[in-house]
Amino acid sequence: MISKFILRGLDGRLTAFLIAALAYVVLIAIGNLFIPEGSFLHVPTYAVSLMGKYLCYALLALSVDLVWGFAGVLSLGHGAFFALGGYAMGMYLMRQIGTRGVYADPTLPDFMVFLNYKELPWFWYGFDMFWFAAIMVVLAPATLAFVFGWLAFRSRVTGVYLSIITQAMTFALLLAFFRNDMGFGGNNGLTDFKDILGFDIQSDGTRMGLFAASALALCLGLIICKAVVASKLGKVLVAVRDAESRTRFLGYRVEHYKLFVWTLSAALAGIAGALYVPQVGIINPGEFAPANSIEMVIWVAVGGRGTLYGPILGAILVNGAKTYFTGAIPEIWLFALGALFVGVTLFLPKGVLGLYGMLRQRFEKTRAPRETKRTADPVSQPSEAE
Amino acid sequence: MSAHGSILYLDSVSVSFDGFKALNNLSLILQPGEMRAIIGPNGAGKTTMMDVITGKTRPDTGDVIFDSNHDLIQMDEAAIAELGIGRKFQKPTVFEHHTVEDNLYLSLKGGRGVFFALLADKTKEISERIESLFETIRLGSLRHELAGNLSHGQKQWLEIGMLLAQDPKLLLVDEPVAGMTDAETVETANLLREINKTHSVVVVEHDMTFVRDLDVKVTVLHEGSVLADGPLDKVSADERVIEVYLGR
Ligand SMILES: Nc1ncnc2c1ncn2[C@@H]1O[C@H](COP(=O)(O)OP(=O)(O)O)[C@@H](O)[C@H]1O
Ligand SMILES: [Mg+2]
Repeated sequence: MISKFILRGLDGRLTAFLIAALAYVVLIAIGNLFIPEGSFLHVPTYAVSLMGKYLCYALLALSVDLVWGFAGVLSLGHGAFFALGGYAMGMYLMRQIGTRGVYADPTLPDFMVFLNYKELPWFWYGFDMFWFAAIMVVLAPATLAFVFGWLAFRSRVTGVYLSIITQAMTFALLLAFFRNDMGFGGNNGLTDFKDILGFDIQSDGTRMGLFAASALALCLGLIICKAVVASKLGKVLVAVRDAESRTRFLGYRVEHYKLFVWTLSAALAGIAGALYVPQVGIINPGEFAPANSIEMVIWVAVGGRGTLYGPILGAILVNGAKTYFTGAIPEIWLFALGALFVGVTLFLPKGVLGLYGMLRQRFEKTRAPRETKRTADPVSQPSEAE
Repeated sequence: MSAHGSILYLDSVSVSFDGFKALNNLSLILQPGEMRAIIGPNGAGKTTMMDVITGKTRPDTGDVIFDSNHDLIQMDEAAIAELGIGRKFQKPTVFEHHTVEDNLYLSLKGGRGVFFALLADKTKEISERIESLFETIRLGSLRHELAGNLSHGQKQWLEIGMLLAQDPKLLLVDEPVAGMTDAETVETANLLREINKTHSVVVVEHDMTFVRDLDVKVTVLHEGSVLADGPLDKVSADERVIEVYLGR
C-alpha cells in the first residue's frame, strides 16, 4: 500500500531529479574527500556545509510550497517549525557536550550552570538519546502545527488573516525563546557543539555526511510531496485552493484536508531545521524572526509556486545570491531581495520555473504552429495569489 | 403541514442580513421524486433559500428538515452534502485548474476522508461511472481540457455532471440556463427531466420558456416568502404575480 502510494508520484521527472541529486552528492564527496587540497577540482569543506545549508533551505521551501502552492494556505510563520526542529536537534547536540563544556558539568549544559540551574528541566529529559531527539524533531513542530491548524482551520480563518496569525505565532515564539527562563539558552541559543552520533562535528567526514543527509532528506521530502500531490488528496487540495466553499458542498471536510497537509508541512520544515543546525553550528531565537518566514515565501515565489521543483530552485538561487551579496556588497542585499520579489511578482508570476515552461511552450509552438497545445497539468499554477 | 414523508420541508424560515429580511417566514414542502421550479424577481431570496438548505447560511428562525427526519439547521456543509443534497451554483463554479474528468472524479459519490483520499485509486469502476456521466453531459471529447477553458454553457453542464456524480437524493439547481443558447436551454430542460426520473429536484430559473419546458409545479417567491404556487399557467394568471414579476 505504502509502496504503491510512493510510486504514484514517481514519474520521469522525479526519477531524473533523484539521479541528478545522487550524482551531485557523489561528485561533491569525491571533490571534497579524495581530491587533494590545492587541486583545482578540490571542494573545500566550508563549501560543502554551505551547500548543505542551501539544501536545508530547499527542503524548507518545499514544505512552504506544499501548503501555499497546493492548498492556498500562505504561511508567514514556517520559520517557527524550522526553528523548533532546529532546537530539538540543538538540545541533543548540547547534551553530547557533557564534561567538555566550560563548566564541565556532566548533565547541565553551560548556560544552565551559568544561570544557576540546579537540575535539568524536565523538557530536556531524553535529549541525550539521538532517537528521542529525532522523534522530537518531527513531533514538536507537528504538534504545534496540529494544534494551531485545528483551531484556525476549524474557525475557517483564511487568506490574509491566516497569514497574519501565522506571523504572530512565530513572533510570539521569538519573544518566548529570547527569555532566559524558558530554558533554551535565551538570546545566545544553543551552540559550541562537539559531536553528533559520536562523530566530531567539525571533521570533514561528518560535514560531508551532514551534507549527504540533507540531500537525502530533500529527496525523500520531494518524493513524499509528489506522492501527496499526485494522490486524490492532492486533487482535493487544489480544489480547496481554487474554490474552497465548492469543495465543502461536495462533502469534503476542508479543515481536515488543510490540517493534514499543514501538519505534514511543519514536520518537513522541522527536519530541515534539524539538519541545518549542526551544519551552521548554532540555533538561536533569531530563527523565529518574522522576516525569515517572509524570506521563505520569496524563495517559493521566485522559483515558482505550486510546482515543488521551483521552490527548491528558488531557495538555492536566492540564497546563493544572498551569500554573494552579503559578502561582496552587504548594504545592497535587502534592497536586492526586495527588488527581486517585486520583479518576480510583476514579470514572472509563475516564477523561474514558469518562465521555463513558457519558453518551452513558445518553442514548441514555433515548431508545430498548427498543433493545438493542450497540456492539462492538474497541479498547474494558481491564477491569483491567495 | 408536517415533515413526515417529505424530501424537503421548510417551515417559517426567516433570514435577515443587517435587519433586511432576505427570507421572511418561508414555508415550502417537496415530495420525494418531485421537481419544483422556483421563480421570482431578483433579490426574492431564491439563492438565500438554497444557502439555508445547504448549510451555508444559518436561519434566524424556522425548521429545515430533509428526508422526513434530518434537521439540517445543526449541520455544516459537508455533513449536508454527505446526507445527499447536491447543489449547482448560480455562478457556475467548477475547479478551473482541474481537468473536466477530474472535476467529475472529485465529485463522485464515495469516501470523503483524508486518509481515504490519500490512498484512493481510480478503479475501473470509477472510470466506468465517469464514462456514463460523460454520456449524459456530453463533454467526453473535452475530458482532458482544464475546466477553466470551458465556455460558460459547458461549465453549466459540467456542474450538472458534478451534481449527478454525487448522486444526491435532492438536487438544488440555481439558474442552470443563464448564458446558454436557446438550443442548449432546451437540452438542459430535457436533461433535468431525465434526472428527475430518479432524483428530487429544485430548480431556480428566470427563463420562462425553460420553466414551461420543465412542465412542473411552480413556486413564486417574492420578498422572501411564497407569493403563489401551482402550475405555471395558473400562477402566471395570478394578479399579484403579474404585478411583482411578470408585468415588470
Ligand atoms: N450575505 C448577504 N449579506 C447581505 N445581504 C445578502 C446576502 N445574501 C443575500 N443578500 C440579500 O438578500 C436578498 C436576496 O438575495 P438572493 O437570495 O441572492 O436573491 P435571488 O437569488 O432570488 O436573486 C438580496 O436583496 C440580497 O442583496
Ligand atoms: Mg440568485
